Amino acid sequence: MSKVIKIKKGLNISLLGTAEKIMKKADQADFYAIKPTDFVGIRPKLVVKVGDKVKAGTPLFFDKFQPEVQFTSPVSGEIVEINRGERRAILEVVVKADKTIEYEEFKVGDPKNLSREEIIEALQKSGLWPSLRQRPYSTIANPNDTPKAIFISAFDSAPLAPDMDYIVKDCVECFQKGIDVLSKLTNGKIHLNLNADYPPADTFTKAKGVELNYFTGPHPSGNVGVQINKIDPINKGDIIWYTYPQEIAAIGRFFEKGIYDATKIVALTGSEVKNPKYFKVLNGASIKNLVKNNVNDGELRYISGNVLTGSKMEDDGYIGFYDNQITVIPEGKYHDFFGWATPGFKKYTASRTLLSWLIPGKKYRLDTNFHGGHRAYVMTGEYEKVFPMDIYPVQLIKAIMIEDIDKMEQLGIYEVDEEDFALCEYVCTSKTEVQSIIRNGLDLMRKEMS
Amino acid sequence: MKSLRRYLDKIKPHFEKGGKFEKLHSTFDAFETFMFTPDAVTSKGSHIRDSVDMKRTMAIVVFALVPSVLFGMWNIGFHHFKATGQEGTLLEMFWLGFLRILPIIVVSYGVGLGIEFAFAQYRGHEVNEGFLVSGMLIPLVLPVDVPLWMVALATAFAVIIGKEVFGGTGMNILNPALTARAFLFFAYPSYMSGNEVWTHGMIKGEGIADTFSGATPLAEAAAGNVDNLPEVSEMFFGTILGSIGETSTLAILIGAVILLFTGVGSARIMISTFIGGLVMGLLLNAFAVNPFMEVPAWQHLLLGGFAFGAVFMATDPVSASQTPKGKIIYGFLIGFLAILIRVVNPAYPEGVMLAILLMNVFAPLIDHYVIENNIKKRLKRAKVKA
Repeated sequence: MSKVIKIKKGLNISLLGTAEKIMKKADQADFYAIKPTDFVGIRPKLVVKVGDKVKAGTPLFFDKFQPEVQFTSPVSGEIVEINRGERRAILEVVVKADKTIEYEEFKVGDPKNLSREEIIEALQKSGLWPSLRQRPYSTIANPNDTPKAIFISAFDSAPLAPDMDYIVKDCVECFQKGIDVLSKLTNGKIHLNLNADYPPADTFTKAKGVELNYFTGPHPSGNVGVQINKIDPINKGDIIWYTYPQEIAAIGRFFEKGIYDATKIVALTGSEVKNPKYFKVLNGASIKNLVKNNVNDGELRYISGNVLTGSKMEDDGYIGFYDNQITVIPEGKYHDFFGWATPGFKKYTASRTLLSWLIPGKKYRLDTNFHGGHRAYVMTGEYEKVFPMDIYPVQLIKAIMIEDIDKMEQLGIYEVDEEDFALCEYVCTSKTEVQSIIRNGLDLMRKEMS
Repeated sequence: MKSLRRYLDKIKPHFEKGGKFEKLHSTFDAFETFMFTPDAVTSKGSHIRDSVDMKRTMAIVVFALVPSVLFGMWNIGFHHFKATGQEGTLLEMFWLGFLRILPIIVVSYGVGLGIEFAFAQYRGHEVNEGFLVSGMLIPLVLPVDVPLWMVALATAFAVIIGKEVFGGTGMNILNPALTARAFLFFAYPSYMSGNEVWTHGMIKGEGIADTFSGATPLAEAAAGNVDNLPEVSEMFFGTILGSIGETSTLAILIGAVILLFTGVGSARIMISTFIGGLVMGLLLNAFAVNPFMEVPAWQHLLLGGFAFGAVFMATDPVSASQTPKGKIIYGFLIGFLAILIRVVNPAYPEGVMLAILLMNVFAPLIDHYVIENNIKKRLKRAKVKA
């Protein structure tokens, strides 16, 4: 085994509701949606209208800034709704699915014999190009760039995260084909980052044309940003692309079959799910059939993604384009009588200010309560305990708050993403909204640099 | 509890914007959240949040101060009885100290919180919990017979000039409690130093035995009367004269353990402060030319306000350095300078207060260089690549 990179700083929040490794086939969802809000920095331009018939792989909208990048339908059916939010921004393009899926046919060949341009064109047309994202900024990769490396995080360390090895264990061939595709896109290395704590699936260890790196330690060791920082940090002007195993498998399947097969496996997790298991679905599926009669009573928070970085949705919401996980936790609209003074055996904290540290190994049922009010920064050293990069997190956040572009650059804004700061936000005593501050900083930087 | 909640919900609209008592919104909010944690839920970013909040954090610090407070109460009674030559039981001694200290604490909290509430309302903020700690620290660093109006004045000065003019809790440069003490020290030195202020009743001279000197061990040592220093065990347990809460190293260490274990206090600062003091003490020992300089380095850590300052004052996260490396430098220099000022400065043996205030001012500079170092490392990495 090659060198193991040890991540010391971080935090594993132990929650109830890990998905059992049993694959269930859910009833096919009736509705599917692609959400432009899943993609950072795009301006969607619709190419369909309500009533149009589409096939799986038919474009729904494209990005005004990169018109070649298509966002395609995961199923065949009829466009039934285009939901808009503030200032008529498109939130969801909803497709009502046919009983049997019809696919657009794409002409593809063996990726080994195709040129970089042919591969890019094929991926763009199929709607799989958005699977590739870039650092800095976490936007969809720009095909005009040649990244210095491609990073793949093959394990997810977030709370209740699905087991990637389990998810991709059966797609050895399509994963390899996906890797072959990626190898045409960069002149640098393809880093496949694995968890050193258990033997990874053959899909990963037998992959050819990649460099295997092993990581160990608490969350965020599975964050691709942390892995880049430890292996090949981003300097000003550098571009790194990154993607995840399920996306690579989808790319592989596309080049195998010539159709956009949006199948993916998601884990249904969280303390309020009666039977947390894995489900095979199509990307963008409504979660209605998955959670129906499968969740506890009470007011619940449905999250596409994990509890730290996922996005809030309704009980008939749609799985996000990049998400491999659905989490259901209780809402926390309650008052706690003298909450600051109680021993707190049932509450969880990363510090030891509550007595729950007396019960190690306990799994918690955490809700969405804020547990306090917003304050100015008082405590120091909290973020540093859960932030494993060689960056001063608080100072970077303050530079963003005052919009000091030079300082942001000097303090390493190119190397970070919102998700890397999710734990900082979780532990913050002052309840600062760290992730949205980082997003603002990245957006500001992107505007400044373009 | 439920009926109280219902009552609060009923009267709450009066304190909202446009209500009868809208000017008291911050005050209402402070009391409401004091009794019931808010029912707010996350709307963006992380969906779950840690159970710790500012109230809990500050409550832990106050809790860590309790041993020092209780010991201080007893110690005041103990020395009063000793000075007047009376016999007294433990409870009598404690009760005397309790009656003496309680008003100081009440005045400190009353004045400080009053100003905080007013500023919170003026700024449209929630009331910040920071003063819960400052309000307890201020009495503990004062001599027992300080007049209450001085406590009020010093507290007002510390809160307004030390904190609110900079923008409130989290923005202040100097430690508020030490600002209060420094204010009194320079404005009313006769009540803050000398031999008569440390024992209850001595200023008025009621029934104090003639043989009782009233000098603190530190003053004795500074005067060169090293032979008059109490036993080490007395200095450790704290049955010596000094400010209300600073005498018992044992009580302070209990507090330190609470702060370190819960993670509320910075171990980096605390430990490096003690090391800094020890290093300076050893240096002075090595070049000793007078009896004070010969006092063993480790005994300095038990004397005066050193331990109290290191554990409760230097670790104030707002006025300290904020970077991990900076904290070590900051703590070390506090200890180092505190002992230097203590021993070398002829006028004033208590160097801890001034050392901490001085380093409060320099903390941002230390952080600046630590961060600059990180920036340089990043630039260098970029250049090597290019």
